[in-house]
Amino acid sequence: MSAEADAEPLLEVRGLTKIFGALTACDRVDLTIAQGEIHALLGENGAGKSTLVKMLFGSLEPHSGDIRWDGKPVRISSPSVAKKLGIGMVFQHFSLFEALSAAENIALSLADRTPIAAIAEKARSLSKAYGLPLDPNALVGDLSVGERQRIEIIRCLLQTPQLIILDEPTSVLTPQEADKLFETLERLRAEGKSILYISHRLDEVRRLCDRATIMRHGKVVGHCDPRRETPASLARMMVGSDVKAVERPAAPQESGEHLLGICGLSRKPAGPFSVPLRNIWLHVPAGQVVGIAGVAGNGQGEFFEAVSGEARQDAADVIRIRGKAAGLMGITERRMLGAAFVPEERLGHGAAPRMTLSENLLLTRHATDAKAFVGAGGLVKTASIDAATQRIVSEMDVRKSARDPEAASLSGGNLQKFIIGRELDRQPSVLVVNQPTWGVDAGAAARIRQALIELARGGSAVLVISQDLDELFEMSDAIAVMNNGELSKPIPIAEATRERIGLLMGGAEPGHAAPAALAGMEPA
Amino acid sequence: MRIELVKRPQQSTLFSVLSPLIALALTMVAGGILFAAMGKNPFEALYYYFVDPLRELWSLHELAIKAAPLILIAVGLSVCYQSNNWNIGAEGQFVIGGIAGSMLPVLFPEFQNGFVLPLMLLMGMAGGALYAAIPALLKTRFNTNEILTSLMLVYVAQLFLDWLVRGPWRNPQGNNFPETRRFHADAVLPELMPADGRANWGIVFAVVAAILVWVLAARTMKGFEVRVLGASPRAGRFAGFSAARMVFFAFMLSGALAGLAGISEVSGAIGQLRPSISPGYGFTAIIVAFLGRLNPLGIVAAGLVLALTYLGGEAAQISLGVSDKVARVFQGLLLFFVLGCDTLIHYRIRLVWPAKAVPAGEGA
Repeated sequence: MSAEADAEPLLEVRGLTKIFGALTACDRVDLTIAQGEIHALLGENGAGKSTLVKMLFGSLEPHSGDIRWDGKPVRISSPSVAKKLGIGMVFQHFSLFEALSAAENIALSLADRTPIAAIAEKARSLSKAYGLPLDPNALVGDLSVGERQRIEIIRCLLQTPQLIILDEPTSVLTPQEADKLFETLERLRAEGKSILYISHRLDEVRRLCDRATIMRHGKVVGHCDPRRETPASLARMMVGSDVKAVERPAAPQESGEHLLGICGLSRKPAGPFSVPLRNIWLHVPAGQVVGIAGVAGNGQGEFFEAVSGEARQDAADVIRIRGKAAGLMGITERRMLGAAFVPEERLGHGAAPRMTLSENLLLTRHATDAKAFVGAGGLVKTASIDAATQRIVSEMDVRKSARDPEAASLSGGNLQKFIIGRELDRQPSVLVVNQPTWGVDAGAAARIRQALIELARGGSAVLVISQDLDELFEMSDAIAVMNNGELSKPIPIAEATRERIGLLMGGAEPGHAAPAALAGMEPA
Repeated sequence: MRIELVKRPQQSTLFSVLSPLIALALTMVAGGILFAAMGKNPFEALYYYFVDPLRELWSLHELAIKAAPLILIAVGLSVCYQSNNWNIGAEGQFVIGGIAGSMLPVLFPEFQNGFVLPLMLLMGMAGGALYAAIPALLKTRFNTNEILTSLMLVYVAQLFLDWLVRGPWRNPQGNNFPETRRFHADAVLPELMPADGRANWGIVFAVVAAILVWVLAARTMKGFEVRVLGASPRAGRFAGFSAARMVFFAFMLSGALAGLAGISEVSGAIGQLRPSISPGYGFTAIIVAFLGRLNPLGIVAAGLVLALTYLGGEAAQISLGVSDKVARVFQGLLLFFVLGCDTLIHYRIRLVWPAKAVPAGEGA
């Protein structure tokens, strides 16, 4: 706190306002960031955090208000102006070319014409120094979300900014990786750099940040020293009321039939950098939530595609849904058996960004709800789809600016609530979710987790793939760990400890023994 | 200095609607300058070009004759482009449709009854659809770029037609002219109002096709599938839609409509096969599709506008003594301004001077 008093603040924002149509996304926001501090920006989805940092980074122009940088008034009209001032940003949604390598993507953002090899070398040393393991020559298209984020962080660090804005940086890291990132950030702070840190993880905010500014509904509602607060008190300030803790009623006695069965699933790598799946066995009984932990890029995406039917198997009985062999079926037929799927990427995979919510409802339910949504001759019944959309929106408390907005216009958490709600609305007997609460704030995440638990307790089988261990411990009845395309035996939650799961995530223990005959057939 | 396109955070709805009209106005201005540079009075020239052809009834019939194939083809192309399949070969599908439909009156001239014309139309559609299936097959099987293959197949079709009318299908009583025998009465597409002008049923096919495809695109599951697969292929796969089947659907639908346009033109406006049966309808229809914003109803209006450029070209040739190639110039100008206006709705132009050049950091 004393740093603020005796030094000129690095960044001072007064009365910053941004209006989108009828919505005031930022309403006279004040923010002061001192030299060498880690400043947390807290708030629920849609509180205006992203709008605020976009204005600081020059991607959006403020309606009114002043920004002072190093005591001098500045107008940040574009990201390149921001960069020249010394403001760097790591976005929550990445801006990378999938067809280029990591190093080439970094080169694109640099002003000079440094040779790629030199950039790769610099990136490699930065990645080592800051604990962000990355192969600069890997194609971005083949990298996981976690690895892509590392490119963004390294790209930002290469420009030696004075202020680094990080939007949800740890949401895809393992506890160990997050620890390393914190060391990086603390080192940067020691070097006198300032960091604006946006996160929903209140524990890490309390551990890392010197000060916090809390936003709600576009306004700053408070400042605090997060180290003197509890997670509950921080959450209360963000939400404006108490956040209900997730309740997990006791699981039914292990007698539920196996609604989802994965019996010896193997998959050859689809691209040069994708992970092969090796003889995965897993059964998810009715009434239970089974979690799959693992570091990003260990085959979770490939596994999800195989289970959902986006990638079919060679043999029918590798995947069983409600007892039926579904390995040869496509995703629509698997849905017709009662399964539902929520992928990791919201925009462009789980939802078509430029289409409205009602169209996105039709996206996954045109076959299962054909009676309700599609009439004679393939005519789409707009009225009943619209009614179902509004039902989901109110059920999941999706906040939006119009009656039926484009998916891309929703904040990440609100879109995720809609996507999960879209599947819950049909009461599926099997639900497979990849990263259910990535980048989602505390209030929305609790709601999503509670809804998934309730679905399971109602007699469905729920499989949750997540990199967030807290989440898995909160929800799961058993946790298996995916490492390098292999899946460990599920550990009942009563026997699971962080240490045990963490070791499995690091690959300390091999996957449970596969029948020798099958092991011999695995792809290299 | 460098010119950059910067994405606008919000797009103006007003200008999205106005964009085709602004493009038209800009085309007029540019055309006027062009005429002035040629030493003609620009106002007089534009009058002869755009107004004079609309003053008489027979000339409106000509407009319908020219608009019909443009609309038919463009309506099919709109489905292709919406689904992100770039069929540039409608001209070839038009020609093959004309050839396939002409098989009956050329090879079996004695087969004359009421079934001939409907059969010809169906065969024309089938021919166009099958010809369009070639680039679709190449794209789905070998990942070939459909822009190149469909375009190259245009030249194959044109040369095939040329060979047919000079060789095996040449009219035995035709004094060695490179054309087939003239179609018998049962094989000719009837005129709508023979008393007023030559317009035939082609324009009716075009409007009906536009309405049907509009319903398909805006109201049905299939249209939804088209838009999802075109806008976000991965979400489309997640929805359970097959991208490969969509390639065939889009190509064969647009091929069938181009084929129908081809046989309608041959059996209606021409009455026989000749070495060339199209003044570039298949290519001009690409402009029509975009000017109509890939909306079948917009395409009807856009088709009439582009048909006018053909008539205006002829009129300008007669009244002003300029080359009829000026029609192509106008079409090119129009496409340029349409695409330009559409781009500026989504992006704004920014000039970057070398002194303060800092490349934008946001990649994709």
